[in-house]
Amino acid sequence: MSIIKAKNVIFEYIRRDEEGNVEGINTAVNNVSLDVKQGEFVAILGHNGSGKSTLAKHLNAILYPTEGTVWVDGKDTSDDSHLWDIRQNAGMVFQNPDNQIIGQVVEEDVGFGPENMGVPTREIWERVEESLKAVGMYKYRKHSPNRLSGGQKQRVSIAGVLAMHPKCIVLDEPTAMLDPGGRKEVIRAIRALNDVEGMTVILITHYMEEIIHADRVFVMDDGKVAMEGTPKEIFSRVEELKALRLDVPCVTLLAYELQKRGIPLPAGILTGEEFVEALQTVYKG
Amino acid sequence: MLRDITIGQYYQTESVIHRLDPRVKLGGTLLYIISLFCFKNIGGYFLAALFLAIVIRLSKVPFKFMVKGMRAILFLLLITVAFNLFLTPGEPLITLWKLHITKEGLWLAFTMAVRLSLLIVGSSVMTLTTTPNHLTDGMEKMLQPLRIFKVPVHEVAMMMSIALRFIPILLEETDKIMKAQIARGADFESGNLIKKAKALVPLLVPLFISAFRRANDLAMAMEARCYRGGEGRTKMKPLIYHKRDYVAYICLGLYMVVSIVVGRL
Repeated sequence: MSIIKAKNVIFEYIRRDEEGNVEGINTAVNNVSLDVKQGEFVAILGHNGSGKSTLAKHLNAILYPTEGTVWVDGKDTSDDSHLWDIRQNAGMVFQNPDNQIIGQVVEEDVGFGPENMGVPTREIWERVEESLKAVGMYKYRKHSPNRLSGGQKQRVSIAGVLAMHPKCIVLDEPTAMLDPGGRKEVIRAIRALNDVEGMTVILITHYMEEIIHADRVFVMDDGKVAMEGTPKEIFSRVEELKALRLDVPCVTLLAYELQKRGIPLPAGILTGEEFVEALQTVYKG
Repeated sequence: MLRDITIGQYYQTESVIHRLDPRVKLGGTLLYIISLFCFKNIGGYFLAALFLAIVIRLSKVPFKFMVKGMRAILFLLLITVAFNLFLTPGEPLITLWKLHITKEGLWLAFTMAVRLSLLIVGSSVMTLTTTPNHLTDGMEKMLQPLRIFKVPVHEVAMMMSIALRFIPILLEETDKIMKAQIARGADFESGNLIKKAKALVPLLVPLFISAFRRANDLAMAMEARCYRGGEGRTKMKPLIYHKRDYVAYICLGLYMVVSIVVGRL
């Protein structure tokens, strides 16, 4: 069953100069269609300005398409009567951890969403506990968010969305402002959600190594979907990725270069282990 | 280091007063202040001081924290005392050059000093034993009736708690911008007052821009989490009166009765 479906979505915004005269129209999202199924891990990849964040905001009814339609759990996002249903079903995690934590204590922040939805007090506490445990932040529940690291703050934000019991989570560059350690920590938490809880995840990022575990990848460029496929399929098209100004992971690049020089390695190698294995079979055979 | 700044002056410890409902403490402080201005004789002030001493004892907050608040108004206190002492007309006791200290003035200066000191220490007890968060919650609940007059009580309380959350973040940011500007040769230290004020412009402009940006992000994050005002909202930590709160109300009532009886004699 598809949770999120977008059909021919176009989003335009009008550029104005300082006097407010129309300078031109930018098409941030240009004729994008996608279909995300229950339990899938979908990654949307693209460099800055490719329209990926604008697309993300459509999945949560923060923005409405200029043309085309987005359905979340079968409901049209441009229909105002479903607004809160849609926002509850498609939880959203943003880039800057500081600007999305509302509570002064971790547990209060996680409870913010359920409070807004009018969940009874006792159930709020149950939801807060289970969400914090799901991201491994339960022991920090009484801490002030100001004292947490970036990765921990992002995990709290994810817990805050989980507590609303969404059908899918949209993460808009959740790791862009984190150090490598924090990034690993957040990606691990996201993968665990997808693997263990079967949560549908839409991860928007410009780090290639974060999409290795995705079921499907969309690569965006200039508002359009430029490539679509499994990570393996995507990574085997190194030249195209380079043309889209995306950094291919070192291992993949190394394998690609060796291949070009005549070593018979399979295309689209994603991890170090895979590379070593492939190299061993080449030399044994 | 900036992360350690505490807002207000909450003193962390476990006591009956700390556990009381913030509404009891807010209401109690208000009643106590009113009582201070109703006394007509010295017995009343003794009673008020005694009551406060018991509350301070129960709160387990060291006395020196109470007096900290006094230091800020010491100057104001001295001026008030001086004016009352010298400028009250009546029967002169001592005459210094052209200034007369009158009997009435002496009494007025004394009562004013006692009143102000008790008032400051009394309200310090409230802020020392209640977290800012709790205070906001209590105010929101107490001011609920004002909604009839279209006062946005929930919105104001929400703004206060968001402000409290962002103060440390903005302080940190100020520090960062300041260092960045110093690295570019900005001088925040030297010069007279006007020069110093002018030097703040390159600090305040980026700070404001970033604050607006944060506000925009936060509003979006709140909406994404289904925030739609106070209507139909439940509370994770609702304020519920416990037995101790009713006991506190009874104690307050008793205090008021006794102070009316004693103070009016």
